[in-house]
Amino acid sequence: MKSGDHLSRWNGGELYRDLSRSNLVTSRWWYIGVAALLAVFLWGVCAFVYMMLTGIGVTGLSRPVFWGVMIILFVFWVGLSHSGTLISAILRITGANWRAPVLRGAEAMTVFALMVGGLFPIMHLGRNWRFYYVIPYPNERQLWPNFRSPLLWDGVAIATYLTGSVIFLYFGMIPDLAIARDHSTGWRKKLYTFLAMGFRGTHSEWRRYHAASTLFAVLIIPVAVSVHSIVSWDFAMASVPGWHSTIFAPYFVAGAIYSGIAGVVSVMAVLRRTFRLEKVLTPLHFDNLGKLLLTMTLVWGYFYFSEFLTGWYSRFPEDYAVSSSYFGHYLPLFLVMIVCNFVIPLPMLAFRKVRRSIPAIFAVSLVVNVGMWAERALIIVPSLARRNDPSVWHGYFPTWVEISYITGSIAFFALLYVLFSKIFPITAMSDIKEHLFQLTDRTIGRATVPTVSGGESAEEGEGP
Amino acid sequence: MKHRWAMVIDMDRCTGCGACVVACVAENNTAVVGEEMAAQGRLMQWIRVVRYWRVEHGETRAVFVPTPCMQCENAPCEIVCPVYATYHDEDDNLNAMVYNRCIGTRYCANNCPYSVRVFNWFDYKWEKPLDEQLNPDLTTRSRGVMEKCTYCIQRIRRGKETALKEGRPVRDGEVLPACAQTCPPGAILFGDLNDPESAVSRIMKDLRRFRLMEHLGTEPRTVYLKRMRGPGR
Repeated sequence: MKSGDHLSRWNGGELYRDLSRSNLVTSRWWYIGVAALLAVFLWGVCAFVYMMLTGIGVTGLSRPVFWGVMIILFVFWVGLSHSGTLISAILRITGANWRAPVLRGAEAMTVFALMVGGLFPIMHLGRNWRFYYVIPYPNERQLWPNFRSPLLWDGVAIATYLTGSVIFLYFGMIPDLAIARDHSTGWRKKLYTFLAMGFRGTHSEWRRYHAASTLFAVLIIPVAVSVHSIVSWDFAMASVPGWHSTIFAPYFVAGAIYSGIAGVVSVMAVLRRTFRLEKVLTPLHFDNLGKLLLTMTLVWGYFYFSEFLTGWYSRFPEDYAVSSSYFGHYLPLFLVMIVCNFVIPLPMLAFRKVRRSIPAIFAVSLVVNVGMWAERALIIVPSLARRNDPSVWHGYFPTWVEISYITGSIAFFALLYVLFSKIFPITAMSDIKEHLFQLTDRTIGRATVPTVSGGESAEEGEGP
Repeated sequence: MKHRWAMVIDMDRCTGCGACVVACVAENNTAVVGEEMAAQGRLMQWIRVVRYWRVEHGETRAVFVPTPCMQCENAPCEIVCPVYATYHDEDDNLNAMVYNRCIGTRYCANNCPYSVRVFNWFDYKWEKPLDEQLNPDLTTRSRGVMEKCTYCIQRIRRGKETALKEGRPVRDGEVLPACAQTCPPGAILFGDLNDPESAVSRIMKDLRRFRLMEHLGTEPRTVYLKRMRGPGR
């Protein structure tokens, strides 16, 4: 970054124009993109309506593989949602000075991934039009849901996390909405005025805002950890060989953070390219996210190894039938998982060059999420396909309906994101502004580099 | 009057003929799904006769394991159902299923180590004149709900009602599920464990007695008898 290339510190309007380009101009490509995403999404909706009217039999499910792609997608998207709020909260608490441009995108990702993921447990119900039977409210059926069932815990956890994440996202956006309010016209002005709730940026407002945002960040972390633990307990609480394991809760949390960080990297790379955020999203951010991703590669690898080893070594017949199927029928899936989750990312991310090259780290992040999808499939399907009684063993392969759900869920997520970026400030402008005020240009030899001064973040300043 | 219904399956008598399966389908309005669906693992039968091959003394023998619902006393399916569609019936001590409550999470089926629960993948139709053979004592099930062996709960209810009307306890052997009634070699016994004189109570002391996957602690009430062969037996 050359000197003088900085974003404006003082002029909020200029900052708004630089950082929220998406709110200001709408190109033809935007409409084409939205139309394409909408088409893929609607195709998934059609597939769902078809399944609803015909029966779950249009999927590839059978006895004993009663759960398939829809549950894999549920775990996958809930896992992906983990980065956002969690990363953002951790970065806020630890005061990592590079966090500002990452925050909004990551928090929005959490909300949208949860909205997508939360659909699948409802969709996969045999009588999905009766999903409200699990909601605890006084009803004419005179029945209360069974709180001993992990599915109920799951519903509560997801609802809590979604509520918390939406509040977290909205709350962090208030100062930005105020900036947007001050520099927009028309319906946007009305919308932002309403949403900014009269935020004027006085000292007392900022003080309360900072106190509350720290409080939110502290409160959301245990929720995030508990959500994926509870998702894992949907499996670990069942007496299914391959599922029933005490390590599942921390292992799922680690896996969720892993796939979540990869998701954040992918989203950041796309945002940077689409909205020309090169000035704020620098290779440094990708370097730092890459380091986090590398850490999680190792953590995930460790969990997987220890979980697998105990099951394989003890050779309890039921568990052994599952783990040996990884080397038989499910070998392709197993290889995809190991290669995409460990063999590729570990050496790649170890290099600074890869971490600082945005196309390279973008590719790695996509590979990781392919691997994590395979990992969830490998947890859910073989364990069911190799149930205790060998006479019922049966394979599973998704049908076109389920494949439509995979593509549809990706399109839906992207669509929500695209719409969000059109309506709301996609970068945390006020946090970036705060960061800019800490920046000074310093001349070292012939190079002029931005350095961060003051605060707890001084030792982490950008290197030349 | 509380009961503890139990089923005893004598594997030494079972010939693997499959009459129990046919009887069950006729009694319980179980859908017949056809060859193609069966190949996809979507049989709707509530009892299956599992066949294993076993070499004993150089001789290959077939081992038949008729597998209905085990009616576990610690049923893993019950606790995981979010809507109490499957619950423990207190009077009959059975693992009951309420179709109208079921929303089809299929969690119960996943948590059943015996894989005896079946799911209505579609709305199954009984073409004319097959609808004439439906048993009026119980419903057919709509798509999206789980079902499983009930120990022919409709027969148990009828037996209890008759006994109540006549002001006497249910006699041993008065209530028989379709499979037990049909079994040609008489391999399936059924009765009340709360009645110490019943045939099943007496046969529980048989040394051949074992239960499927006993180590899981599900306390199944379907019990098997099998003479062990070979050295050390």
